[in-house]
Amino acid sequence: MNFSELFRLSGLLGKFSPDGKCLASCVQYRLVIRDVNTLQILQLYTCLDQIQYIEWSSDSLFVLCAMYKRGIVQVWSLEQPDWHCKIDEGSAGLVASCWSPDGRHILNTTEFHLRITVWSLCTKSVSYIKYPKACQQGIAFTKDGRYMALAERRDCKDFISLFVCSDWQLLRHFDTETQDLFGIEWAPNGCVLAVWDTCLEYKILLYSLDGRLLSTYRAYEWSLGIKSIAWSPSSQFLAIGSYDEKVRILNHVTWKKITEFEHPAIITNPKIIVYKEVEKSPSVETERLSFPPRALASSLFSTQSKYDISEVPVSLQCVKPIADKANPKIGIGMLAFSPDNCFLATKNDNIPNAVWIWDIQKLKLFVVLEQLCAIQSFQWDPRQPRLALCTGNGKVYLWSPAGCVSVQVPMEGDFQILSLCWHSSGDSLALLSKDNFCVCYLEREEA
Amino acid sequence: MGDWKTITVPALSSDSKNIFQYTSEKKMSPPSLNTQVLRLPLPSSKSMHTFFSAFCTEENIEQSISYLNRELTTLGFPSIYAESKGKELNLVSVINCMNELLVLQHKNLRAQEEVEMQHLKLGSDMDHLQNCYAKLKEQLELSKREIVGLQERDRQLQSKNRNLHQLLKNEKDEVQKLQNIISSRATQYNHDMKRKEREYNKLKERLHQLVMNKKDKKIAMDVLNYVGRADGKRGAWRTDKTEARNEEEMYKALLNDYEQRQKQLLMENAELKKVLQQMKKEIISLLPPQKQKPKERSEDGPVLSDLEEDIGELNKENMWELSCETVREQLTNSIRKQWRMLKNHVEKLDNQVSRVHSGGLNGKDVISREDHELETEKLEVEIQQCKEMIKTQQQLLQQQLMSPCDDDTTLLLQDCYLLEERERLQEEWRLFREQKKNFEKERRSFTEAAIRLGLERKAFEEDRGAWLKQQFLSMTTDYKHSENVTTPNSDQGNGLVNSTSQQRKPHCMLSVPVPAEPCQTSQCIPQN
Repeated sequence: MNFSELFRLSGLLGKFSPDGKCLASCVQYRLVIRDVNTLQILQLYTCLDQIQYIEWSSDSLFVLCAMYKRGIVQVWSLEQPDWHCKIDEGSAGLVASCWSPDGRHILNTTEFHLRITVWSLCTKSVSYIKYPKACQQGIAFTKDGRYMALAERRDCKDFISLFVCSDWQLLRHFDTETQDLFGIEWAPNGCVLAVWDTCLEYKILLYSLDGRLLSTYRAYEWSLGIKSIAWSPSSQFLAIGSYDEKVRILNHVTWKKITEFEHPAIITNPKIIVYKEVEKSPSVETERLSFPPRALASSLFSTQSKYDISEVPVSLQCVKPIADKANPKIGIGMLAFSPDNCFLATKNDNIPNAVWIWDIQKLKLFVVLEQLCAIQSFQWDPRQPRLALCTGNGKVYLWSPAGCVSVQVPMEGDFQILSLCWHSSGDSLALLSKDNFCVCYLEREEA
Repeated sequence: MGDWKTITVPALSSDSKNIFQYTSEKKMSPPSLNTQVLRLPLPSSKSMHTFFSAFCTEENIEQSISYLNRELTTLGFPSIYAESKGKELNLVSVINCMNELLVLQHKNLRAQEEVEMQHLKLGSDMDHLQNCYAKLKEQLELSKREIVGLQERDRQLQSKNRNLHQLLKNEKDEVQKLQNIISSRATQYNHDMKRKEREYNKLKERLHQLVMNKKDKKIAMDVLNYVGRADGKRGAWRTDKTEARNEEEMYKALLNDYEQRQKQLLMENAELKKVLQQMKKEIISLLPPQKQKPKERSEDGPVLSDLEEDIGELNKENMWELSCETVREQLTNSIRKQWRMLKNHVEKLDNQVSRVHSGGLNGKDVISREDHELETEKLEVEIQQCKEMIKTQQQLLQQQLMSPCDDDTTLLLQDCYLLEERERLQEEWRLFREQKKNFEKERRSFTEAAIRLGLERKAFEEDRGAWLKQQFLSMTTDYKHSENVTTPNSDQGNGLVNSTSQQRKPHCMLSVPVPAEPCQTSQCIPQN
C-alpha cells in the first residue's frame, strides 16, 4: 500500500473520473484536475465563487461546478481548457445540480424546488419541469442512462414522471400511494423503480418501467419506518433498513420478504467472527529520533491499531438516542451490497462503532467489525468484495473475506479521514478529510 | 329398680325413702350388689325389723297370711293353705313358695345385675357419645369458622380480581384512546400539512410567476460554443414517431428483462428436474428388488410402471421443455414414493444391523469399519512410499539424463572415464596375472620340494633302517662271525649298507643342499 502526499481539499469534493484517468478536487473556488497515477496537476480552473458541488460527466470530458450561493453552474472541458460555460439561474436560485446520463444536459433544481431546468450543451433549448418533489432523492437515472424517474408533488399528492433521457419525452406519469414520498431508486437492471415513503410510514412501492404497480410492502405500522434502501447489483434483492434496527430483504420474484437481519447489541453465535480494533502501544525506536522532532511527532502520538478477534459473546457499544428529537440516531443508516452480490454491509446507528457484514448466499451474519470510533463512511471496492471504511481518525480499514487490516496513513499532522471513494478499477482509494485528501494505491494481488 | 317399686307394698309408702336410699346405694356401688343385698338387712336391721314387724305383727298373722296367700296366688304360686279353706298353712307349699320366691329373687337379682351392667355400659357409651358429640361440635365450630374465613378471603380475592380486570379494561381503553388520539392527531397534522403545503404551493406559484415574468436577463447560459452530442449524432425533432419509438424501446427493455428472467427460471427448472430424475433413478437403483412383497408391488407396480412408462415416453420427448402440471405432479409423486420406500428400506437395514450387533454376530462379508480404515491407511501409506520412490527414481533418472549438457563433451567425458577404467582394469589384470604366475611357481616349487622331501625322507628312512640293521648286524656279527649265511644278507646288507652308505653320502650330500635348496628356491622366486 502506497500513500500519496496530502493535497488541499475543501468540502469533501474529491471525485475520480468515470474512465478512471483523472481525479477532480476542489479547493475553495479552484477546480484541480490531476492524473490518477502521478497526481500531477493536469488542469486548473478558477470559478467565480466557492464551489459546493462537482460532478464529472459520464464521458469524463466535462466537469460541472455548482455554486449554490451565487446560483451559478460552471462547466469545464478537459479537452479544451479554453472552453467555458456558465449557467446562471439568477433570482431563481439553485439548490441542486446534476448531469444527465448522456453528459450533455445539466439539470438544475431551483430554490424552493420551484422547477427543474434542463440546460442543453448541444442545443440552445431549455426545458422546465414543474412541481419537482422536495425530497432527498427526487431524481433517479437508470444505470444504462436511458430513463429518468422524477418525483413530483401536485395538490398534496405524489407523482412519478418517467422521462426518456435522449429527448426528454415524458413517457409515463402516475401517482403513488405514498403519504409523503421520501426517495426513489432504480434497480440496476433498469426495469423496476423502488419508491418509499417518509419515515412516519413504513411503505415501499415497486413500479415497473411502464408505470404499473408491481407490489407494495409494509412491515409494520405506526413506528418509524424506512431509513435507507439498497438494491443488490444483480437486482435480485432489495435491502430495506429501517428504524427498528432491522434490515429486511425482498426478492425480485415475489417481492416478498425472504429474511430479516437483526442488529442486536450482544452477539452470541460462535460462528460469527468479530474483529475488534485494539490499540497497539506505539514502539518508539530511539535511534531514529532526531532533530527536528516534529517529523516524527505525529507517528509518536498516533497510536497504531490492529484487529483482534473477540471471543463470542461480544457486547457492542450502544448509544441511546436522545428522545423527543426528530430523525433519531437509531436504525439502519447505511446499506451497501458488494459488487459480486455476495455480501451486504450495514451500519446500525444505535451501535455507531460497528459494521455488520452479512453473507447473502447463506443469508446469515458473517463478520462484525468493531472500531474504536464511530464509522464515518464505508464503500465497497467496485471490482471485488473488499470493504474500505473510515472512522474519522488517520487510519483506513480494509476488510475482505481473507481478513481485515488497519492501516495508519503516514501523514504529518492531523489527518482525519471523513470520507473515501474507490477508483473504478479498485486499485486506488481517495481518502478525504475536511481540509486535505490523499490517494492510497493498493497493490494488486497476483492471481 | 322399678321392679323393686312394683314389688314394694304400697302400704309401706313411708319406707319408700328408705327403699330409695337402698336403690341409690345400689346405684353407687353396683359391684357390691349382692353384698349390698345381703348387707341390706344388716345395716338396717333395725329398719328391717321395723319393716318386717310393720307388716306382720302378732295381732294380724292371719291377715298377713291371707294377704300373702292372695299375693302368691295372684303371682301364680300355689296357695299356701293346706286346704282351700282353712287357716292351716301348708308348710310344704309355703317352703316351696319360699323357694320359688328365693329362686325368683335370685333370678331377679341376676336380672338386676345384668340390667345394671347394661345400664353402666349404656352410661359409658352415652359418655363416650357425648364426648364425641362435644368434639364433633367443636370441629364443626372450627370448620364453620374456617369456612367463614375462606369465604371472606375468596370474596377479597374476587374483589381484587375484579379490580384488576377493571384496571386492565381501563388500560385497554386508555390505549385505545391514545391510539385514537394518535390517529386523530395524525389526521390533524396531515390536514395541517396539506393546508400548509397548499399555501406553500401558492407561494411557489406566485414566485414562479414573478420569476418568469421578470424575464431576468441573468437567467441565461453563457457558453463559448455548443458541444456536440455524446454519441456524435445530430439532434432530432420530437415527433409522434419518436414518441412511439420511445414507448417501443421501453417495452422492449421490459420484455428483454422478463425474457431473461424467464430463461433463467427455465434453466433452473430444467436443472432441478434433471436432478430429480437422477435422484429418482438412484433411489430406484438403491432399493432392493422387491420380490418379498409381491402384493405391494402388484399394487404399486402397475401405477409405477405406468408412471415410468409415461415419464420414459416424456423423457424421450424432451420432457424438460414441457412444464405442465401433470408431468410435474407425476415426477414429484413418484419421487416421494421412491423416497418413502428407500426410507423403509434403510430403517429395515438399521434394525437388522442393531439386531446383529446385539446378537454379537459379525458378518463375514462385512468388514468392521476400523479394520477397513486401518487397511485404507496402510494402503495409503504404501501408495505414498511408492510414489516417493518413483519420484526419487525419476529424479535420479532425470539427473542422469539431464547432466550431459553437451553431446561431444559428454562423449569425451564418457570416453575418458572408460579409458581410465580400462587402464585401471588392465593394471589390475596384469597384477593379477603376475600374482597368479608367482603363485603357480611357488606351488610348483612347493610340490617339488614336497616330493623331494618325501624322497629324502624315504631315503632317510631306508638309511636309518640300514644303519640300524648294520648296527644290529655288527652287534650280531660280533657274536657270530661264522654266520656267513647272512653274508649275502650282509652283502646285501653291506650292499645295502654300502648302498646306504653310498646313499648316505649322497644323502648327506643331498641333505646338505636340501635345506639350501628351498632357500634358494625361495630366493629365486622374487628374482623371477
